[in-house]
Amino acid sequence: MDWDFIVEAMPALLAGLRYTVLATVMGYALALVLGLVVAMVRKGAPPTVAKTVFWIMEFIRCTPLLVQLFFVFYVLPSAGIALTPLTAGVIALGVHYAAYTAEVYRSGLDGVPKGQWEAARALSLPGVRTWTSVILPQAIRRVIPALGNYLIAMFKDTPLLFAITVPELLFEANRLGGENFKYLETISAVGVLFIVVSVLSAIGIRFLERRYAAV
Amino acid sequence: MTFFTDSLPIYLNGAWYTLMITVGGCALAFVISMIFGILGTMRSLVARAIATVYVEIFRGVAALVLMFWLFYAMPLLIGYRLEPVVAAILALGLNVGAYGAENVRGAINAVPRAQYEATVALNFEPLQRMRLVILPQAWAQMLPTFGNLVIELMKGSAVVSLIAVSDLTFVAQQMRTFTGETLLAFLAALIMYFILAQIFLFLTRMAERRANRRLGRLPDRPAKKRAIPSMAGVARGGES
Repeated sequence: MDWDFIVEAMPALLAGLRYTVLATVMGYALALVLGLVVAMVRKGAPPTVAKTVFWIMEFIRCTPLLVQLFFVFYVLPSAGIALTPLTAGVIALGVHYAAYTAEVYRSGLDGVPKGQWEAARALSLPGVRTWTSVILPQAIRRVIPALGNYLIAMFKDTPLLFAITVPELLFEANRLGGENFKYLETISAVGVLFIVVSVLSAIGIRFLERRYAAV
Repeated sequence: MTFFTDSLPIYLNGAWYTLMITVGGCALAFVISMIFGILGTMRSLVARAIATVYVEIFRGVAALVLMFWLFYAMPLLIGYRLEPVVAAILALGLNVGAYGAENVRGAINAVPRAQYEATVALNFEPLQRMRLVILPQAWAQMLPTFGNLVIELMKGSAVVSLIAVSDLTFVAQQMRTFTGETLLAFLAALIMYFILAQIFLFLTRMAERRANRRLGRLPDRPAKKRAIPSMAGVARGGES
């Protein structure tokens, strides 16, 4: 182990970490929004639409993120949509995890008692208000810890962006390791960084669970 | 369509590698999750500490980082380079095993306490207690999550293409460069993965039914379908 080299490599690794965090945050935001839309469509749209959406999501959930990354990165440009690697990565991460968050939202929506829907109807609330002021506040509150888990899972999937040349943490580590032939130091450092982040976030989730425990 | 028929043998070959790595990884992950899961339920503080440390470390590191470490970094430490397939199976098994251990621990803890007390009252040895009473009940509980983990592992196995194992993803990449049919090349791989996943899902569903039937728990299919709406009705009636 060459400790001096790790110290030397730290700035580059942290620059990579910035991309990792950026991709995670943007991908997660996309997954949260898209997942909610999917869950609402599956709840409210006509059966044929809901069924189609279900199978698309099932397909996304059953196929590897890496292939989906390649798909977005190589296929969309050939259809005339220019993408930077980071954008492609964010889209693939967001859509992939939307398939998971949609299930989480769905369980939250199913947990809202039917009486709440009936009460909203009895008060003749318009559809939009039924969703925004009655159903969603109750549904989302109880799934916050589960959604948090997917933030961590997504963070751990960001090294895959390495495969489409996003200069994130693993990419930087691999580059530095290759240039100086110090794979042991750089990749170990990445591993340790991941463990640290994941242990910290596990503590965070436990806090969320206590704060928003299912009613 | 000709693309699919022409390249089917190549994709099947890739699928074979994916399947091999998935099965190997699952076997390793299963053993690990049983060992560390049971350690996590023990009374001894040391056993539980070992289980917690294992789970936190290997759940924390992404499978890809772990695989890179095993493949590129470890040879510098021990002077022996693993076969890519072995590195992949190790990385996936260790990673998914950590999730599995949590699953096993949760399932064993969910077995009612009275069952455990009954085995003590009947003077069972610890091994008999586990084998005959606790595990069969915990098994039915842990199967659905294991099924999901198998799918996760299969999906995770795509990363082995990055260390040049010719699995489905690798084949798709090659087909893309050779034929230039970007869309079809990846679509074919995605469909193959989807079919594999559906097969694994079917198998776990069968295993779940068997485990439940052995415990005398399985309501027959039509009865189950009737039971759900009636229960929903009860819940609704209770609230209104």
